[in-house]
Amino acid sequence: MTATRDLGPLIPRNRDAHPPAYDPDYKTSVFRSPHLPLISMESTPSEETGPRFGHARLGPLDNNLILNWTKGAAPAVGERILMHGRVLDENARPVPDTLIEIWQANAGGRYRHIKDTYFAPLDPNFGGCGRTITDENGCYEFLTIRPGAYPWPNRGNEWRPMHVHVSVFGHSFGQRLITQMYFEGDPLIARCPIANTVKDRGQLDRLVAPLDLGRARPMDFLAYKFDIVLRGRRQTMFENKLEGM
Amino acid sequence: MVQKLDTLTETPSQTAGPYVHIGTAPTYAGLGGIYEHEIGQTTYQDGAEGEVIEITGTVTDGTGWVLRDAVIEVWQADASGRFAGQEGADPKVTGWARVCADPESGEWRLGTIKPGPVPMRGGGWQAPHIVLWIVARGINTGLQSRIYFEDEANGDDPVLARIEQRPRVDTLIAKKTGDGRYRFDIRLQGAGETVFFDM
Ligand SMILES: [Fe+3]
Repeated sequence: MTATRDLGPLIPRNRDAHPPAYDPDYKTSVFRSPHLPLISMESTPSEETGPRFGHARLGPLDNNLILNWTKGAAPAVGERILMHGRVLDENARPVPDTLIEIWQANAGGRYRHIKDTYFAPLDPNFGGCGRTITDENGCYEFLTIRPGAYPWPNRGNEWRPMHVHVSVFGHSFGQRLITQMYFEGDPLIARCPIANTVKDRGQLDRLVAPLDLGRARPMDFLAYKFDIVLRGRRQTMFENKLEGM
Repeated sequence: MVQKLDTLTETPSQTAGPYVHIGTAPTYAGLGGIYEHEIGQTTYQDGAEGEVIEITGTVTDGTGWVLRDAVIEVWQADASGRFAGQEGADPKVTGWARVCADPESGEWRLGTIKPGPVPMRGGGWQAPHIVLWIVARGINTGLQSRIYFEDEANGDDPVLARIEQRPRVDTLIAKKTGDGRYRFDIRLQGAGETVFFDM
């Protein structure tokens, strides 16, 4: 943990940029969504501060999902990919030193989780989670395998598109965000009720990572670029104005 | 046409899904040992100043069913009201932890240090509280809430004061059940729905 200082209130969340809590096409949201409106107010120091994580706590393979489960002994099965990008805030400033955690299914679409009983086999060489901390420019990267699509119970015959779950901290607890990265060209995205909880088409497109051949390594891995924007700070020269002025 | 603003829009949220534990609490999911240091186990270390307390509760959906898959992140000040990293903050208090509902019963449990009152920017104080961020399958954007304490002076808290329907304030107050023990149940929807914030 490192020093936190008062950088000002957070920009209020634009709720139209996010999925509504209630979306009947995603049935679980029907009984897990608050019915009453959220109570909106300006952030306080409790939302403006947040936990910070040092690079020292991370192991050298933590952002390598191909090797981290076997501690480097044997690689995971699947199409090798580099997932990389940059974390910025709404003020278009890079967010350095922020923790990113990801989790995903294996190449067959199966999660290594006590509750996943899908009959695609587990890969003995794949765990399915990774974490890293952004560098001074807000950049991050993970080496992983392309996750498989998988079926889930919702409306008859529902399949999740290939996706990686992404959790980002920022520097304030009020910036906390979990999202999902999809892959360019996947025909299941348009049919997925979870992806389509995001109602603004332009916003949904921002969750779809393009193939980035510029970062691919020949004879080794493809690359996908996934940039992330977190809430910014409200900046004003009049923050300390006197009451009534 | 007008000039283009140089601000960006936040990346949209997506549900954490049923397997959120793999990425956030790997030992819980059955991936123990994948990381040398798993984060979020506790908000404090031995020797932290202040009272050690335990808060237990459940998260229920609109039908009254207890969620087995909820993950709650907590963030709080130390006993003197300072957040980790701030000048004078207790170095033994990180103030942040992850709490997973029990996969069988859905009960969650947080052992922590009771936070102190937190000063507001421009004067005034917030009553002792713990900030919550709740994620689970079916929750499209993580829910912000707060735990206050029955045995603290909450009357002047500026956040609680903003809640028009006074009986709803009660949904944010942990009930004392014993020495250093509190109960705090979260209701996502329906009767007694917990207050969630946008702040
Ligand atoms: Fe998933």
